[in-house]
Amino acid sequence: MNKTYLLFKHEFVQAIKKGGYIILTLFVPLAALLAIGIGQLVSSLTDPPIKEILDIGYVDQAGLITDLSEDGMIKLYPFGSAEEAKAALLEGEISEYIIIQDDYLITGTIQRYTLAKELATSPVTAYAIESFLTINLLSGNVEDEVVRSIVSPLMIDVIRLDDEGEISQAQGNMGNIIIPALYGFLLSMAFQFGSSSLITGLGEEKESRLIEVLNSSVSVHQLLFGKVTALGAAGLLQVMLWLASAPLILNLARATFEGIISEIQIPPNFIVLGIVYFVLGYLLFAILAVTIGGISSSTNDAHSISMIYILVGYIPLWSFGALINFPDSPIWVALSFFPITAPVQTMLRLGVSEIPVWQIAVSISVLILAIGGGLYLSEKTFRVFMLMYGKRPRLGEIIRSLRNSRSI
Amino acid sequence: MKEFMNIVEVKDLDKSFGKLIAVEKLNFAIKPGEILGLIGPNGAGKNTTIKIILDFLKPDFGAVQVFGQAMNENLKDRIGYLPEERGLYKRLTAIELIIYLASLKGIPNDQAEARADELLKLTGMYENKYKKNKEMSKGMGQLIQFIVTVVHNPDLIILDEPFSGLDPVRTEAVQSIISDFRDAGKAVILCTHQMNKVEEICDRVLMMNQGQTLLYGDVLETRRRFQKNSVRITAAEEIGELPGVTGRVFSNGSLELKLAPETTPQSILDRLREQGVTITHFEVITPSLNEIFLKQVGADRE
Repeated sequence: MNKTYLLFKHEFVQAIKKGGYIILTLFVPLAALLAIGIGQLVSSLTDPPIKEILDIGYVDQAGLITDLSEDGMIKLYPFGSAEEAKAALLEGEISEYIIIQDDYLITGTIQRYTLAKELATSPVTAYAIESFLTINLLSGNVEDEVVRSIVSPLMIDVIRLDDEGEISQAQGNMGNIIIPALYGFLLSMAFQFGSSSLITGLGEEKESRLIEVLNSSVSVHQLLFGKVTALGAAGLLQVMLWLASAPLILNLARATFEGIISEIQIPPNFIVLGIVYFVLGYLLFAILAVTIGGISSSTNDAHSISMIYILVGYIPLWSFGALINFPDSPIWVALSFFPITAPVQTMLRLGVSEIPVWQIAVSISVLILAIGGGLYLSEKTFRVFMLMYGKRPRLGEIIRSLRNSRSI
Repeated sequence: MKEFMNIVEVKDLDKSFGKLIAVEKLNFAIKPGEILGLIGPNGAGKNTTIKIILDFLKPDFGAVQVFGQAMNENLKDRIGYLPEERGLYKRLTAIELIIYLASLKGIPNDQAEARADELLKLTGMYENKYKKNKEMSKGMGQLIQFIVTVVHNPDLIILDEPFSGLDPVRTEAVQSIISDFRDAGKAVILCTHQMNKVEEICDRVLMMNQGQTLLYGDVLETRRRFQKNSVRITAAEEIGELPGVTGRVFSNGSLELKLAPETTPQSILDRLREQGVTITHFEVITPSLNEIFLKQVGADRE
């Protein structure tokens, strides 16, 4: 039987039996189901909220208020002076009061007195007070319909069209971002776990000299190719399980939660690109792990050094806020072309903007080239440094080994 | 005459790491059915030599031939290698590990298991067949690694300290298996600090120090070469003055006689018979490999 396949099979089985892998694989769908379950439990145990009517007092020193003193769940009561309003507040007759000073029309400022400790005025209260003032100011000057229109919040219903003028399959709302953002986060986590697991395994093999036993049976190429592809396959299995559970979880979530969850969409090509980038990213991180694990003097050293590329791989997540605000910045394009950040960055961009096909093609090509080149270089360095234990190679030695690995 | 071809042939081998000369002008060969003892102090170059044979390292100069050709991937299935420092896949059972590593040597699983069973029985490890490696003691793990090394019936076996950490019973079992391989025409390189084991089972010895060959040859020949021309005698009566004897030391009930260069042990034995001495023990003193080793390495350092 082909030795590379035997190595692949062994490494694959060992990888998927590891606790960290099983936990991460199951954690994602289980955590989502748990969140939905908690949501359902909370909604079944909680009575519908009773909307409390707020009683707000006001002292109109500017003489602007007519008799319009009720707005939905808020009732406003006039007071002749600030002292009367304060007494009513302290007596509990009102929950708070405002003073509309005589220079309000010039300053636009009112004073709000409350017994509650707040960081800021709640949006509901602020909106009610603002509406109350606006309606009173406009009353008699413009028609009632216009007044209602002014105080009603603006609702913008965005409908995205495609190049043909038809309603696009991919509407650009916040629901579009959720899946790519979650997926980007999971990609980064999976790359980190996979890489870390490979470094640990390789470190154990180096320290126990099992690597020499293996190398006395197979070539370095077979050894590394088997390890890297096995980890890639384990990663692929992981993402397939996640993606397979996604429709069920989304449907359950939509049935449980309202609001933005109901707007969640999976961008077109997301699943195909998600799998492609996952596999390529996993392979790249596996090769980086093998290279670092191969040249490092100890497992701890390898883990420390690997933090460099792992942290670089997290850059797209750290800058996600900026991506939402400035989706067309060339920085995101550059990060899509940089192998270590390409998988996560491209998946995140799918949620916020349309990525030209050529950019995806360049991004995938760069990743494939990096994987091929990385595997070649890792084989050269691995052959040299797999026999070094407890001695950290100098940069010069690594470069020399890359020039001529057969001489060392 | 292919059957007489050397299994390993090392010619004029040089290897340095920077300024450190690891191996210099090394020459030796191993024939089928031969056990070569590779001995020397730490840093002598034994490990480097093994790694060059296995093609883990490339020599700076010289050549190594294995089975009559330069080492290559196709030959790996015919070699068994036991490194000095050892480890196992902790989560696998003994048999899983043996079968997996045997499969990498091209052995089908059923054959590997059947052979593994034999070896597990021979080493007294059969009851641990399904035990996870992490549950094994150091000595047990070592036996599993030894079995991994030989389960595919290799033609060349390279063993680095195979007896360290083993109890006498299991040492004997391993030694017996190694001898069986020799008897079956396999070649064995035995790298060890246990000189008595080299004396017991090796046919030839290569003694290295600081990358250079101190001694290379047949074990018995080598020991004879370092004979001090002395005899040890235990007799019922007191032994008087004898011609051709330059010194005498009495210890532990035996008398050690140092002989003049022209005196032979046989002439001493004949003289004692003539004198009517009742001899219970007569031995021509040959130095142990350990004594030779200490002497040679000491001389080399001076």
